Amino acid sequence: MAAVAETSGEAASPTRGAWALDRDRLGAIAEAIAIPLIALLAGAALFALFMLATGYDPVEVYALIWAGGFGSSFSWSNTLLRAAPLLLTALYTAVPARLGLVVIGNEGALVLGGVAAAGIGFALAGAPAAVAIVAMGLAGMLAGGIWVALAGALRHFRGVNETISSLLLSYLAIALMNHLVEGPLRDPASLNKPSTGHIGDGFMLGALPGTDIHVGLAIGIVVCLICHVLIRHTRTGFAMRVVGGNPAAARLAGLGVGPLLIGACFLGGAAAGLAGMIEVAAVHGRANASLAVGYGYTGILVAFLARHNALAIVPVAILLGGIGASSGLLQRRLDLPDASVLVLQGLLFVAILASETLRGRLRPYFSGR
Amino acid sequence: MSDALSLETVGLTKRFGAFTALDAVSIKVRAGSLHALLGENGAGKSTLVKCVMGYYHADDGDVLIGDRGQEIGSPRAAAALGLGMVYQHFTLVPNMSVAENLLLASGKVPAVVDWKAERAKMTRFMDSMPFRVPLDRPISALAIGEKQKVEILKQLYLDRRLLILDEPTSVLTPDEADEVLGFLRGLVDQGRLTIVMISHKLREIYAYAEEVSVLRQGKLVGAGRTADLAAPELTRMMVGVETLAQPAARAPKPAGDVVLDASGLVAADDRGRRALDGASLAVRAGEILGLAGVSGNGQRELVEILAGQRDPEAGAVKVHGERYAADRAAARKHKVVCLPEEPLKNASVPTMSVAENLALRRFDLAPMARGPWLSDGAIRRAAEKLIGEYRIRTRSPATPIAELSGGNVQRTVLARDLSEEIDLLVVANPCFGLDVKATAEIRAALVAQRNKGAAILLVSEDLDEILELSDRVAVIASGKIAYEAPIAAADRQEIGKRMVAH
Repeated sequence: MAAVAETSGEAASPTRGAWALDRDRLGAIAEAIAIPLIALLAGAALFALFMLATGYDPVEVYALIWAGGFGSSFSWSNTLLRAAPLLLTALYTAVPARLGLVVIGNEGALVLGGVAAAGIGFALAGAPAAVAIVAMGLAGMLAGGIWVALAGALRHFRGVNETISSLLLSYLAIALMNHLVEGPLRDPASLNKPSTGHIGDGFMLGALPGTDIHVGLAIGIVVCLICHVLIRHTRTGFAMRVVGGNPAAARLAGLGVGPLLIGACFLGGAAAGLAGMIEVAAVHGRANASLAVGYGYTGILVAFLARHNALAIVPVAILLGGIGASSGLLQRRLDLPDASVLVLQGLLFVAILASETLRGRLRPYFSGR
Repeated sequence: MSDALSLETVGLTKRFGAFTALDAVSIKVRAGSLHALLGENGAGKSTLVKCVMGYYHADDGDVLIGDRGQEIGSPRAAAALGLGMVYQHFTLVPNMSVAENLLLASGKVPAVVDWKAERAKMTRFMDSMPFRVPLDRPISALAIGEKQKVEILKQLYLDRRLLILDEPTSVLTPDEADEVLGFLRGLVDQGRLTIVMISHKLREIYAYAEEVSVLRQGKLVGAGRTADLAAPELTRMMVGVETLAQPAARAPKPAGDVVLDASGLVAADDRGRRALDGASLAVRAGEILGLAGVSGNGQRELVEILAGQRDPEAGAVKVHGERYAADRAAARKHKVVCLPEEPLKNASVPTMSVAENLALRRFDLAPMARGPWLSDGAIRRAAEKLIGEYRIRTRSPATPIAELSGGNVQRTVLARDLSEEIDLLVVANPCFGLDVKATAEIRAALVAQRNKGAAILLVSEDLDEILELSDRVAVIASGKIAYEAPIAAADRQEIGKRMVAH
């Protein structure tokens, strides 16, 4: 195929060159959209088979998923509430992925961010709300960021596999949270469910005007936009993409590979930590085991479905938020177990991983070559 | 063993979309001959042999094997006919033994291997060969030349009657190349084998092939007996009317101040073995120091240290008399440029576009960067200029560099790096795998940099290249500098001796 590139380019006049550019780009974009779509459809088809095999009507199941996720304003608000943390936990995986790292300890970073935010919020009782909320946000981001930067540093300095270390660090983080909420940070009044003290209603994040949806959704979308601009349009982002594409070339160009790797890990962890802070400051008011309900793990799925593109994370997070939101309806109407939407998520994930093999094979069709 | 097969293609045509890679090519290879296939990168040589081997399906035309038309639908079908191919890069499993690799090559490994019978068969086979490779040695313990021999033995073990070799000597030293080609020539002379050899090296073609076919831009532009075709004529056929870049006349001025001063460098290779063992060298402004050596004697590690890709355990690198940190700031300050071998692997980002790869050195400077922001427009304009100046053949600046041919990847990297102002240039095997025209261009560019006053360290496994370009010659062996002489006093025999002495 090398020969193709060589000679067709030579024949290209300046005007044709410009046209070829668009066709090339369009082909790449079309492929980037087509592959996850194919994967989604394949995963959905597998789930339909699973439903058939267990005696349910897949058409009815999908109709209910639609109704429960996107059918009414109530289901939409439920969906968007679930999407809000996913936007941020997905960035945990997506940002380091641009540097070629696969980190999957999303849940732990979220949980730590939540605990740190709750601790600071509780300690700052009486302070001005704006100060306390900013301090809680920073504490959450710092806690999540440092936790993942550890995995990045282990990888860079000691060659430890970052996938394994981030996952193990995540388990440690969850254990650490349990220790803190049952011990040092425990509110004596929380009897059945050990929790930190409540941060107080004054420090809670409000709803978006005219909705029941807390501002965490807006924050999540803004952070996704910031990450996209950072990666695509800044010097630092360019350097990150060089490291992700070829570390040897990055070293040859004299780029600081270590700081970039660790910085990207910090950034991703900070996003997940912020998700934890928002869960505390907008939903629970305190940190407890309810933080670890799987937003982190679903975030991995969102990042892979979005192919680590920060902008694509937004629609994907909403889609998966909708699937999650429909689980209640499925349970009530069909008596399907809660876990059945997890089966759907799992199948989607497998389909997405498998779809990577299509990469580069569809583009010729789209760019008409 | 069965007899050699003849090969003939009749009007073979292969199109990729609107582009015709092979345009009605008819070649004739006599049974029991060694036939060279010559052409530039992208001339269609690989497409031709891939059509014969069943990787591609020709759009038009026929392939005749042993004078009979054959429909070769897959590499498996080609193998069944007795066709085999040796690729430019090794296809051996490094951590398995020679015997295991031979067994694996047959494609039919039984659930339980009867090693006794297999060994007996392999030993019998090896006894019939003029050179031997120990069956129990793991591939990773073999020298490069031995590996290439195993690749060829593997094909012979499978009873091939027609063998296609894709640049079989590109990884070999001249001596190793002569040994391997001499052996193959012997098999051809015995009538056991027909060989089609893709090559760029005219010397080998004249020494070993009796006939040659030349391709250019997908068409057959010439064929005949090597005895009847003079070298300039072959070169002209290959590159067309375009003339080769002539090396800029070497300005006869004395070398200037010492620019690069490396002393006592010690470093381990990727496996932790000591690869550099106290190597010291100095390069002056306006001279090319050619560093010869058999691959694996520390050259790669030396270049990696200078490129900032590896940290030395001991020793110092100084540029302009200052300690050199090999980071972005130091490289910029001292105008140091490194061109490692295999540019796609070491010097470019395959997933990024040609324009972005061309911007790798300057993306953080104005006008490509304004404050923290990148200017896509400036990156694009700079790329268009370089693409024009260096005649990089790419569909557009936005094409991922991995989709370019090897020669054009090398051109892209050279365009990026040689358009810089340079005080010290470190290059490793810059012409590896490139055709005659691209090689001439690159060598001319190196001499031009030297004449402009750059200090150049040329690390190469091609001794001819070193002797052609260098002002001084050094030899690296076992991680130490084993020889150093000005070009006028350099002696090829002596250099060869030092390259292999330990």
